[in-house]
Amino acid sequence: MRLDVDGVTVDAGAVRLVEDIRLTVDSGTVVGLVGPNGSGKSTLLRCVYRALRPAGGVVRLDGQDVRAMDARTAARAVAALPQESSSEFDFTVAEVVGMGRLPHLDRTAAGDRAVCAAAMERTGVAHLAGRGFLALSGGERQRVLIARALAQQPRVLVLDEPTNHLDIAHQLDVLSLVRDSGLTVLTALHDLNLAAAHCDRLHVIAEGRVVASGPPHEVLRPDLLAEVFGVRAHPVRHPETGAVQLLFDLLPPAP
Amino acid sequence: MRRIPVVPLAVALVLLLCLSLLCGVGLGASGIGPGQVVRFLWDGVTGGTIPAGDVAAYTIVWEIRLPRVVLAAVVGGGLAAVGVAVQAMVRNALADPFVLGISSGAAVGANAVILLGAFAGLGVWALSVSAFVSALAAMALVYAVARSSHGLTPLRLVLTGTALAYGFEALTTVMVFGAARGEAARSAMMWLLGSLGGATWAQVPLAAVVVLAGWVWLARRAEALDALAMGDETSAALGVRPERLRRELFLVTAAVTGTVVAVSGAIGFVGLMVPHVVRMLVGAGHRRVLAVAPLAGAVLLVWADVLSRLMPAPAELPVGVITAVLGVPAFLVLMRRGGYAFGGR
Repeated sequence: MRLDVDGVTVDAGAVRLVEDIRLTVDSGTVVGLVGPNGSGKSTLLRCVYRALRPAGGVVRLDGQDVRAMDARTAARAVAALPQESSSEFDFTVAEVVGMGRLPHLDRTAAGDRAVCAAAMERTGVAHLAGRGFLALSGGERQRVLIARALAQQPRVLVLDEPTNHLDIAHQLDVLSLVRDSGLTVLTALHDLNLAAAHCDRLHVIAEGRVVASGPPHEVLRPDLLAEVFGVRAHPVRHPETGAVQLLFDLLPPAP
Repeated sequence: MRRIPVVPLAVALVLLLCLSLLCGVGLGASGIGPGQVVRFLWDGVTGGTIPAGDVAAYTIVWEIRLPRVVLAAVVGGGLAAVGVAVQAMVRNALADPFVLGISSGAAVGANAVILLGAFAGLGVWALSVSAFVSALAAMALVYAVARSSHGLTPLRLVLTGTALAYGFEALTTVMVFGAARGEAARSAMMWLLGSLGGATWAQVPLAAVVVLAGWVWLARRAEALDALAMGDETSAALGVRPERLRRELFLVTAAVTGTVVAVSGAIGFVGLMVPHVVRMLVGAGHRRVLAVAPLAGAVLLVWADVLSRLMPAPAELPVGVITAVLGVPAFLVLMRRGGYAFGGR
């Protein structure tokens, strides 16, 4: 399923958080949003999974305005991993994954169980089914939330910094799970090297606008990174794989 | 921690509730034996005749004890159901039906009737009507203040409700202190702490219908409550519109709370602790919690009321004291058993 963000603008009071963002995620591709804190990545994603109503512009799924769909219909097409990941309630892993079935009508208990079991199997959390969600480690939680998203049987997956607070192995693990889902993916990411390695295309967002778009290594150029993130980037080749990696240090103070 | 299967637990609670209702009618200060009570109940249902000498005892059973016991069950069930809903609505472990300020608003109205003679034209209905009307007025006020451009956010609801509750309580206190009549002040305090002493059959139908309707409404939205409990963003992504659901929950909980407070005052503890105790037993999923919590609340309050009638006979302890005496140890034991993680470990 193709996702189009068409001229989306979001205001909070008098402040414009997101201005006229246009981007497209082609069916089955993984597209990353990178940008400094507060640049509007989360705000834009919230418009896609309908937690926020944009002041202007439209989000389309295969050409259809998500705001024109009812909440459940939209949730059958788009699943999301928002940044809020925990709750005060001690749900079990199976219960959390089961929530993914909520948008579906005409469900049966047996059908739901089968879908949830398959989702948990895919993300490797089946053995945690009876455990309390709050007792899990960060990496386990993300896997459970991805299982919930898969149980939703969506066609688009929206992720808001899914690798936050995870150690490096779990970061790679989560992103390869997402990649292997085969879904249309739009994800905000902080780590530029991870973004470059796992996304087909990147959009750099700064102060609520898209300032660069394209394949990762065309986008992540030192001059742009200096301007947007205020860092000096050194591209180096990985000695074994040959993949381009970026090393960073702070820009020298302007003379 | 091992979870108890819901269906057997619910069935057991229903049986226990029936037994409790029977015991509640059978136990009291006037020394009517259980055999006599059962006979009177049977006669009342089947339309039999009773000897003239038993009329007084028959009246006590049918017109005083039975409505009181039934009302205790209704109120206990209502408070527990609303407690579950409010805790999910504001995602706060300390929330109870009274956190929204509705009960203290109702208390203002009730005390105005008791102490100032307001709504005197309504006769015996004055107390209930004014408590309910003031509950609705308090609810409208909390709603108006708590509302922001983001809808009803949990923290704003809790803060507004708590702040206004202090205001309402101050008003009530002023009225109680300003009243010259000692008896009226005592009954006002009694009322603030909760009591089922004034139960009549006239109060039962409305309270029962509202509580049952509220329970059914909540149970039908159990899964949406699960999503809401995970957070507003998550629930939006799952197709549950959080601001709309919270608005509906606010109305339903306010209606049930207002109805319950109007007939029983602000009985503490049930709405706060029963949901937690039930979650410890059956887990956090709202379908399971909502199947069990109202039954548990009903059983608890029936027994609390029986004890409040029996303990220092003939004077009565407020039933809220008994709910705390019964409930706190039970809660602490379950809490110490471990494995309960509401609000983090």
